[in-house]
Amino acid sequence: MKAPPFGYVKARELGQVFDLLEQHGDEAKILAGGQSLIPSLNLRLSRPTLLIDINAIADLQGIRETADTVVVGALTTHVALEKSPIISRHVQLLAAAMPHIAHPAIRNRGTIGGSLAFADPAAELPACATALDATFILRNRDQERRVKASEFFHGLFETDLKPGEILAAIEFPKATTSHRFAFSELARRHGDYAMIGLAAASPQLGMLRLAYFGVADRPVSAERAATHLIRDGAAGVEAACASLADDLESSGDLNAGPQTKLHLAAVLLRRALPALLPSA
Amino acid sequence: MSSAPPVSFFDRPNSYIGRTVPRPNVKKLLQGRGTYVDDITLPRMLHVVFVRSPHAHAKIVSIDRAAAQEMPGVIAVVTGPELAKVITPWVGVLTHMKGLKSAPQHAIAIDRACWQGEAVAAVVAETRAEAEDAAEMVVVEWEELPAVVDMEAALDAGTPVIHPDLGDNLAFRRELVTGDVDGAFAAADHVFEEIFHTGRHTGVCLEPRAVLADYQPAEGKLVAYQATQAPHMIQNLLAKHLNLTESDVRVVCKDVGGSFGIKVHIYPDEMATAALSVLLKRPVKFIADRLESFVTDIHARDHRIKGRIAVKNDGEILAFEIDDRTGIGPYSVYPRTSAVEANQVVNLVGGPYKHKAYRAATEVVFQNKNVTCQYRAVGHPIACAVTEGLVDLAARKLGIDPAEIRRRNLIPDDAYPYTGLAGLPYESLSHHASLEKLLKLMDYDGLRTEQAELRKRGIYRGIGLASFIEVTNPSAAFYGVGGARISSQDGCTIRLDPTGTIICATGVTEQGQGTEAMIAQIAATAVGVTMERVRVITGDTDATPYGGGTWASRGAGIGGEAALQAGKALRQNILTVAAAMLQAAPESLDIRNGTVVDTDTGVERLPLEEIGRVVYFRPDALPKGLQPEFVVTRHYVQKDYPFVFTNGIQGSYLEVDTETGFVTLLKHWCVEDCGTIINPQLVDEQIRGGVVQGLGGALYEQCIYDDRGQLVNGSMIDYLVPMAGEMPDIVVGHVVSPTASSELGAKGAGEAGTAGAPGAVMNAINDALQPLNVSLAAQPFTPESILMALGRVSAKVG
Ligand SMILES: Cc1cc2nc3c(=O)[nH]c(=O)nc-3n(C[C@H](O)[C@H](O)[C@H](O)COP(=O)(O)OP(=O)(O)OC[C@H]3O[C@@H](n4cnc5c(N)ncnc54)[C@H](O)[C@@H]3O)c2cc1C
Repeated sequence: MKAPPFGYVKARELGQVFDLLEQHGDEAKILAGGQSLIPSLNLRLSRPTLLIDINAIADLQGIRETADTVVVGALTTHVALEKSPIISRHVQLLAAAMPHIAHPAIRNRGTIGGSLAFADPAAELPACATALDATFILRNRDQERRVKASEFFHGLFETDLKPGEILAAIEFPKATTSHRFAFSELARRHGDYAMIGLAAASPQLGMLRLAYFGVADRPVSAERAATHLIRDGAAGVEAACASLADDLESSGDLNAGPQTKLHLAAVLLRRALPALLPSA
Repeated sequence: MSSAPPVSFFDRPNSYIGRTVPRPNVKKLLQGRGTYVDDITLPRMLHVVFVRSPHAHAKIVSIDRAAAQEMPGVIAVVTGPELAKVITPWVGVLTHMKGLKSAPQHAIAIDRACWQGEAVAAVVAETRAEAEDAAEMVVVEWEELPAVVDMEAALDAGTPVIHPDLGDNLAFRRELVTGDVDGAFAAADHVFEEIFHTGRHTGVCLEPRAVLADYQPAEGKLVAYQATQAPHMIQNLLAKHLNLTESDVRVVCKDVGGSFGIKVHIYPDEMATAALSVLLKRPVKFIADRLESFVTDIHARDHRIKGRIAVKNDGEILAFEIDDRTGIGPYSVYPRTSAVEANQVVNLVGGPYKHKAYRAATEVVFQNKNVTCQYRAVGHPIACAVTEGLVDLAARKLGIDPAEIRRRNLIPDDAYPYTGLAGLPYESLSHHASLEKLLKLMDYDGLRTEQAELRKRGIYRGIGLASFIEVTNPSAAFYGVGGARISSQDGCTIRLDPTGTIICATGVTEQGQGTEAMIAQIAATAVGVTMERVRVITGDTDATPYGGGTWASRGAGIGGEAALQAGKALRQNILTVAAAMLQAAPESLDIRNGTVVDTDTGVERLPLEEIGRVVYFRPDALPKGLQPEFVVTRHYVQKDYPFVFTNGIQGSYLEVDTETGFVTLLKHWCVEDCGTIINPQLVDEQIRGGVVQGLGGALYEQCIYDDRGQLVNGSMIDYLVPMAGEMPDIVVGHVVSPTASSELGAKGAGEAGTAGAPGAVMNAINDALQPLNVSLAAQPFTPESILMALGRVSAKVG
């Protein structure tokens, strides 16, 4: 389990990253926390010729507040999110999700940008970003582009990132006083990728996003189910659960077949209701 | 100062028997300063990586290695036929397993791969990374052959025969009938049946399998630094198959990072590494990586058992009957064979109970999956789950409390000696004392009350019990009589150095479980010194007495007794010299804390270092005719019984979430009887570690194969080992019935935890689900399997 040979550059600033991406194209890979990339190299599932280490780039660090948003630099580690007072005050859903991501050693190195760019459909952060309707800030040499979470995830390990482009930051709306959220997942062992999980947020009455992870090839927003709940409140729960089959188009994995996932999706939804609906 | 004789040798002053003392080697290991095989680097050392079959069954049409040979650092790319010139194949059979057959197995496959993961070529290079790079360039042309995957179909007429020379896919069959089985089933008020499955799983060692083979052509000698439990067995087999003189082979085990039975077998890739060293005349290192470990480390426990129990209305058990089938992969593993597990299942089912009739049949079949062989608690967790599952099934159906049905049927504590229905004698077991102790530790009645309360609120908690017997301290009956050169005897050589230090070399080995601490405690006690004065040497065929090593819970019982007798003999020899120096009678003297004292008064007379000084440097001061013997060897072999059986019982308390199918382990208990306890903490931790491995099999661990014989979860991402977060507190209690077959009285404790845990968990799950009329019998019990049993999810699609 040794990685195939590769080159390595520790980039000092963004311009250098873009130069290298331009020169090496597909052959180059960004190295953030390395918690997904390095295992895939060691398993020889991926064989880039160059790793561009972005960890030293200051522009990609840090958690900032604006009036309505929290902007999280792509290099922010899981542990930094977990411990950030800004996150726990304004983006509580993220704070609730953090302890479920892997184990402390991995959270010390893994980054939010890496997790989102990697786009594992069973990962927590892509679903949280979807539930919160986060905005992804993508940069290439010439410009910055803003993409909504719902547009960012294209499929299994596939995103809207284009050649020469990196994920620079993620912008989350600040929770208002009427914000409600729920996070839960089922994993056979704590810290594993989820068998299935639900990240749900209701920024205000009449708005609800139910983002499931571990069900399909990307985080899935259960829109029909949400519509039932918005319209009928807790009374809509049976109809909401019934519509999950259409919303999720769930696929199976080693731990659970599609039927099991669908069943569990409904269980998670019922359990989340009291947190999500004022009346439930 | 009492002159009364001590109650036993272990009650003497300065005794470490029964005391928790720190393990001498633990600091080194915790500081990361152990020396594992991969920490050893030799001059001119090479690394080998194996090209492995991606197919479950395929003919090797050709191997093109031209590109690989051109890769940087590559020294050689070697195929099976080439290696076969220096190493002979083997056949994994034992003569006492009547009818057991297997095919010759080569270090590297010759013309055909029989399981996904079998090595078909070796790439040897200057570094591991270079060898991996080159291995990717080896092009094997395959012709896929039909794979035998489903063990149930292995003997069907339409199923291909994996080794045509053998005639069929049946490796071994055993039938056993004791007592009037048909009469018992006819006389029963009820017969209950269940089909049990135990999931194929494997042991996961922190240190993977590893060997560094160093053949020195000048002397014709081979040194193998190897992660193994049985160095002398490896020495014998390396010599035999490489055509070397046995004494020219030295096997050295420095630190070994876990074994659990995984490292007690002959593995083709390890043998190939030694052969490559002979071929290339350079040291060659092989460290199995995690991925290849999953497809080459032995698997175990792949059984389907149809079980029946015959009972009276009052719960009296009249008979058990089992029909077992197990799939062992394409070869019976050398030299211990892959029939032992099934054989143990037959020997152990029904073991704790006093019924008089038993019928068992087992069929061991070949298939195109990785091989299976002996993994911690060989056969016990299977036999225990089947027995205890049937007992609980009867209890549920008859409305008898699970504790009560055991009380009515366990062999009485005063019935010993007793012969079990498989014909094996039990010296002295303590089932009832253990049961009562367990119930008290659990607060069984309190748990039942709590369970009933919570049930009213829709919370499903379950309590499971599982009694078991365990094979320990084996005699030659295990392997020796079947023709395997695996020593059932072990020895200890002990010496006094001039500084008063005691050096012990023992044939039993350390893999992290505390063997060295245990030997040191016994030696310190026997000689009469403090622990700090004792050094223990293990794992070196040149430096230790010839022995069997560590497996089948024999380390303390066999190795410990040899150390005790050696230590006592050395003590006598020291006292003889001390008596001459002090002009006292040897009987009036004792050694305590490293000093010779008057036995009666405890007055200190002479420190050992003074005796050492005189004996080694001023022997002229000693009487002329006195020749001190400060090196003593004693051996021990257990001959009184085929095995010294132990017993115990486990309890599980858990909660089943009936909406998600998740099981939360709330608490676990084990009461066991390993006879004399040398180090309570080491015993307790052996029990706990064993329980955790049993819980792994019950809930998490499974080698999942698809219908083409591909292992689909062979990585640490997908193969779920139990982790601390899910593990319950494990309470350990003891009943002590020392064996009279040795002075030490120690029986084994290493496997008891694993033996009973799966059965206890299964019974607890079924107890929890009883109000819903649901029960499960196929391990591992996964959320999905529980949801299916509950009817919340129908079939698994996709
Ligand atoms: C044992 C284990 C358990 C885990 N369990 C979980 C879990 O339960 N849940 C979970 O969500 N994750 C889990 N992870 C993954 C972990 O969270 C990773 O850290 C994360 O998915 C990737 O982040 P990283 O910073 O390590 O990215 P890297 O591994 O460095 O990179 C991942 C991918 O993203 C690309 N990339 C990284 N940063 C950028 C960027 N700024 N712009 C564009 N592309 C970029 C890389 O090129 C690479 O393709 C686990 C990992 C391990 C090893």
